[in-house]
Amino acid sequence: MQYKKWRCLICDYVYDEELGAPDDGIPPGTRWEDVPDSWTCPDCGASKDDFQMEEI
Amino acid sequence: MTAPITVLGAGHAAVTLARELRKLDAETPLRIITADDGAYYYKPDLSKALAAGKDADGLIKQSPDQLREQLNAEVLTQTPVTRIAPDEHAVYAGDTRYDYSRLVLALGAEAIRPPFPGDAAARVHTANHRSDYAKFRAALQPGARVLIVGAGLIGCEFANDLAAAGYAVTVADIAGWPLPRLLPEVQGRALQAGLEQIGVQWKLENGVQSLNLSGDAIRAEFGDGSGAEFDTVLSAVGLRPHTALARDAGLECALGIVVDAHLQTSAPDIYAIGDCAQIGGRLLPYILPIAHAARALAPTLTGTATPAKLPAMPVIVKTPACPTLVSAPADVPGAWEVSGEAPDLEALYKDENGNPIGFALTGKATAKRAQYAAQMPPVFDPAA
Ligand SMILES: Cc1cc2nc3c(=O)[nH]c(=O)nc-3n(C[C@H](O)[C@H](O)[C@H](O)COP(=O)(O)OP(=O)(O)OC[C@H]3O[C@@H](n4cnc5c(N)ncnc54)[C@H](O)[C@@H]3O)c2cc1C
Ligand SMILES: [Zn+2]
Repeated sequence: MQYKKWRCLICDYVYDEELGAPDDGIPPGTRWEDVPDSWTCPDCGASKDDFQMEEI
Repeated sequence: MTAPITVLGAGHAAVTLARELRKLDAETPLRIITADDGAYYYKPDLSKALAAGKDADGLIKQSPDQLREQLNAEVLTQTPVTRIAPDEHAVYAGDTRYDYSRLVLALGAEAIRPPFPGDAAARVHTANHRSDYAKFRAALQPGARVLIVGAGLIGCEFANDLAAAGYAVTVADIAGWPLPRLLPEVQGRALQAGLEQIGVQWKLENGVQSLNLSGDAIRAEFGDGSGAEFDTVLSAVGLRPHTALARDAGLECALGIVVDAHLQTSAPDIYAIGDCAQIGGRLLPYILPIAHAARALAPTLTGTATPAKLPAMPVIVKTPACPTLVSAPADVPGAWEVSGEAPDLEALYKDENGNPIGFALTGKATAKRAQYAAQMPPVFDPAA
């Protein structure tokens, strides 16, 4: 299955499933649905529901 | 009919709070009153918009109508509030009175405009709002020589963005190195060198003495007696929280509008958030504190008193010429401990008891953010 990217609607930070967010303890390859609901955008603090899947 | 929860301002603090509020409560009447056009944008974008080729309208994320719909809120634009009347539970815009149930001040800050001697003072730009950026961008001719006054975060970010967009940039500051309050000298020098490599020139340890018109150009005289001509001047010497309305209403103000752990001001039912607020003795004029504060203030406003707890919140300085990340220490005595080799430097600020209370990372060392952030005490802890 291809990795997907999710963009923060507030600040445009991109969560790339392939890269994860290692700084926040989310290893590379973590699918969006497996990112905990408590995770917030590292740049602006928005919550997961403020992200939208990005078409590639 | 009960008066609405009322928010003054429509910047990032106001909109973030309104969004958090609506997650908890879809219906309580909400009114946002703002002096500007009410178009929502993400302010940090201002200092990376030139190289990205974006004009002021290109930065808009939501129109006032979109905000009205998404937030189920009344949004009054171009409506500067002129008076807060805590005794009446109301605010006034001129003669028009607006009652509130609870009031949130999200008034932001104003760019400080130093009184430069000379006849070109009126040509000095600032860049704290989208409207400022529109004027600044309109004044820039291709390849213009731009003088930035102030080597702080905003000055350095604009220096990078302007240089990347092909302008000839000079940065002047009375300090000896960029970001003097956030970085130890070696890291400041690394940032200085990185920006130099993309063409930025520096006038450090040099105040701007005067700005005078010289034909179409502006002639700047510096503290060291030298002078040079520029086409456009951007002042980025700092921000002053918008406290006048609160002060006039008798609310306690110091650097900013003073709030307690619940973001409440000294007056009942009045709260403050964002650049205008001062919490735990500090101003925190950044994006992440707003997210944390809004998550506490929203439940407080809807009836569940929730104190704000603010962790250390490192700020990325948007200078790709030398990646830089800072977690500013509180203003207490202490010293930096620096390791690494320029430009890849890590610095830890320890207070007099040897406790780490701030850090700064440059170059490749920025990858160590998580490791350093984990050592930091919270910026504000209601239990402490
Ligand atoms: C160029 C630049 C780059 C930045 N980059 C970063 C970054 O990378 N990371 C980071 O963390 N932070 C950054 N910041 C800081 C961050 O953007 C601010 O902390 C944040 O946007 C402040 O939001 P605010 O809502 O408190 O203030 P503002 O956005 O200034 O909002 C204030 C609102 O109050 C309204 N208002 C004022 N007076 C009245 C009145 N009398 N009546 C009614 N309404 C009124 C205004 O119209 C406005 O809508 C940057 C700031 C600048 C200027
Ligand atoms: Zn974000």
